[in-house]
Amino acid sequence: MTETTEIKKTKYLNPYLGGVLLGLVLLSANFIAGRGLGASGAIKSVVVTGMTTVAPAASANSGFVKEFRQSHEGNPMKTWLVFEMLGVLVGGFLSGAIAGRLKLKVEHSPKITSRKRLILALTGGVLFGFGSQLGRGCTSGSALSGMAVLSLGGFITMMAIFGTAFALAYFFRKNWI
Amino acid sequence: MGPLVTNGIISENLNLFLAFIIGIGFGFVLEQSGFSSSRKLAGIFYGYDTVVLKVFFTGAITCMLGLLFFSLFGWIDLSLVYVNPTYLTSAIVGGIIMGAGFIIGGYCPGTSVCGAAIGKLDGLIFVGGLFIGVLIFGLGYKLWEGLYMAKNLGSPKISSVLGLSDGIFALLLILAALAMFWVAEMAEKKFPREEY
Repeated sequence: MTETTEIKKTKYLNPYLGGVLLGLVLLSANFIAGRGLGASGAIKSVVVTGMTTVAPAASANSGFVKEFRQSHEGNPMKTWLVFEMLGVLVGGFLSGAIAGRLKLKVEHSPKITSRKRLILALTGGVLFGFGSQLGRGCTSGSALSGMAVLSLGGFITMMAIFGTAFALAYFFRKNWI
Repeated sequence: MGPLVTNGIISENLNLFLAFIIGIGFGFVLEQSGFSSSRKLAGIFYGYDTVVLKVFFTGAITCMLGLLFFSLFGWIDLSLVYVNPTYLTSAIVGGIIMGAGFIIGGYCPGTSVCGAAIGKLDGLIFVGGLFIGVLIFGLGYKLWEGLYMAKNLGSPKISSVLGLSDGIFALLLILAALAMFWVAEMAEKKFPREEY
């Protein structure tokens, strides 16, 4: 039997070094573009494009599309966050390729089935997508980037996200541990 | 000098290209840190893996300090850097809904894209869920517009709300983070497990 009281040697980057590198990426975004990182904003661009393509007339009157248009002129797909998220896809893939982690699989606790994991992932995604619109950004755009520029809203959203997840952790423990 | 785009030093098209490059860095660092694994991410809520806390706070603090130093050196005009606005009600309610999504789905938007990028099908499904969630918000916008627009406080800084200078607040945040890191290291020793 091997010793299991210590976490097995990690295949990942030291988290503090990872944090410093993440901070430098975020700093360069602020220095170059005067804005932080984000993720859900790119999803919003795609949804706005979809809505205006499928139902142009109805979308023109949609408060959601109007609100988006106020801050984004021109093609909704030609935004900073869309290009940044395409980069995330490439960067994540490259990192996985280098580390030998490219593999099609459903990752889940042995206590639940793949099917259950996928249903939970879908549910979580819907909630996170909705919440990110209400909260004007997700963990990246609102919490991380907001905190770095000392935004009050960034700190509040961060505390609400992590506070809620901690508060609910007990009820969902069987899915994870 | 900075921000380069706002000051017209680089063009809009170059800006979009650099957004792509910055995105590559973002995705690479997230994946290298293990953020492509939902089981690793969810560990923070049970104490068996605290990588989220460490990377997240170290990242925010590194950037925050970088901006303060850049400003001190006259390299960046902080008044031109975007500060996220604070709509009190929606920041809290949105955060609560996102927190529920996090513990149920195991990802947040950026990390789910990272997971999907290396073949995690649960990550891919989570991304699909994001589109549905954003679409629901868009289609029913009138129903929650009041909530979305309520209590607009402008773009206040937390330091000024607390009556502190940016530097003092930064110091307190660093001390708080160090305390949390210490607790995190203790928790990981207490709940050992295999690496995912």
